[in-house]
Amino acid sequence: MTDEKLNNEQMESVSRFFAPENELKKVETPDGQIIEVNPLQDYFSEARPKVHEPNSSKIIEKFLNWARAESLWVLGFGTGCGSIEIPPLLTPRFDAFRYGVQMRPTPRQSNVIIISGYLAVKTLKRVVRSYEQMQNPKYVIALGSCTINGGMYFDSYNTINRLDHYIPVDVYIAGCMPRPEALLAGFGKLKELIKDGKAENANKYVENFDWYKANQKKIIKDWNMPDYNW
Amino acid sequence: MNIDFTKLFFTFLGLMIVLNWGLLMSAIMRKIGARVAGRYGIPWFQPWVDLIKNYAVRSQITHGIMFYLGPVFRLSGGVGLFLFMPILFGSNLWSNFSFQGDLILILYFQFFGMLGMALGAGEGGQPHSFIGISRGLSQFTTIEVPMTLAVISLAVQYHTLSISEIVAAQQGGIMNWTMFTNPFATAAAMLSLLGAFGHSPFDLVKAPNEIPIGPPTEYHGTFLGVLRTNAAILHVVETVLFMNLFFGGASNWFELIIKSFLIYFWSVFVGMVFPRFRIEQSVVWFLKVPLILGIIAILLL
Repeated sequence: MTDEKLNNEQMESVSRFFAPENELKKVETPDGQIIEVNPLQDYFSEARPKVHEPNSSKIIEKFLNWARAESLWVLGFGTGCGSIEIPPLLTPRFDAFRYGVQMRPTPRQSNVIIISGYLAVKTLKRVVRSYEQMQNPKYVIALGSCTINGGMYFDSYNTINRLDHYIPVDVYIAGCMPRPEALLAGFGKLKELIKDGKAENANKYVENFDWYKANQKKIIKDWNMPDYNW
Repeated sequence: MNIDFTKLFFTFLGLMIVLNWGLLMSAIMRKIGARVAGRYGIPWFQPWVDLIKNYAVRSQITHGIMFYLGPVFRLSGGVGLFLFMPILFGSNLWSNFSFQGDLILILYFQFFGMLGMALGAGEGGQPHSFIGISRGLSQFTTIEVPMTLAVISLAVQYHTLSISEIVAAQQGGIMNWTMFTNPFATAAAMLSLLGAFGHSPFDLVKAPNEIPIGPPTEYHGTFLGVLRTNAAILHVVETVLFMNLFFGGASNWFELIIKSFLIYFWSVFVGMVFPRFRIEQSVVWFLKVPLILGIIAILLL
């Protein structure tokens, strides 16, 4: 255990970014004992994510994929200007409910996350947390040119340029801004991919976990969370 | 011990019918809501697809034993309500395992699932769950007061605590229904039904855009599938309870479907019209109008 612990200097450099509740602290137990707690190690799970293989029976997997495609629960998370395109999608003009697209307020229950436009460095951290809290068959739709090459923010100091360096993307929707029709077409494309069994990016993320983490940590300087947000 | 397999089979069949009718009913209600908003709405089979999707989620995480048991308790609350509820009047096979005094047991079972869910969601550790639970339990406590007064009023009126006998006493024409013989108890119970279903004025427990759907925030995959299965069963069984107590019961499935739809539609209709209450408004409201109606129902006997 001792060799895994950081030395004081390293600890100090890390703890500069830490939120106060995540720093090493002494806690009194109910029976009066004083113990030292390292919240990142003791309160969170440090286990790595696992690959979840598709069902071995092809017919069953095809059926389940049909159900997954017809019931897309989108996480209510807007990142950039594109999030203004989501409300028209759910209101009378475009009414995405017809295609089985529904909004969910919590990442645990949703299986699609729409990165709607430019992604600020600060938001990337929240996106990573939300994406990792979603459960295994999960899909990413990248909306707008900003997620492809940075778009009009290509030389900004504070936004990322290529989204698929940080989380795996299933469907890109180009445009600045794409209209809700384009988003509906994107959902159609995603459905095709899921039904063909090609939308296995949740497993791809796990297989290339170290590469994604290295990219994320290059951008997010104040990394005060566990490597995988269970 | 003799096991009546015919009865078991019919109970299971009844559970399946109730489950599917509950899912279809929720789809119809959501479509009605969509039409009110000027949308086309979900396809009618969406609840089944959602259910399959939820059961097919590959990875699931748990927060402990109570987290597992929460949905199980909730489901056993719903199925327990069903098991002791006489579904169709005058049919031995469709009256499930109802017995003398089942009304008391059913009042208890309504709270059972709620408590299990509170323990399970509490172990999830999500702050929104705690807010939802505290709201849900305080609201449900105040719902129970007018509801229990109405039930006591019925018990005194019909001199029985058996649902089958209450239904039997209402036979012979629409004017024999409790709705007409004891209107104050019916009004008190129908107003508390609004809170039990948790549609709009009283949807502060789940409050989708405020505290991300409250107690089940952390529930996903199979856990959520079990919760949704239970919701479908529970909605039908609650409407069947009200149908039996106040609207003369049903002697065939067609009558049951019509009546349960109308009773459920009552709460959806109110939900379409009124915006959400805050918790202190809703608790005070239940302790004002329905409670006074319930007390009048007792006093008039």
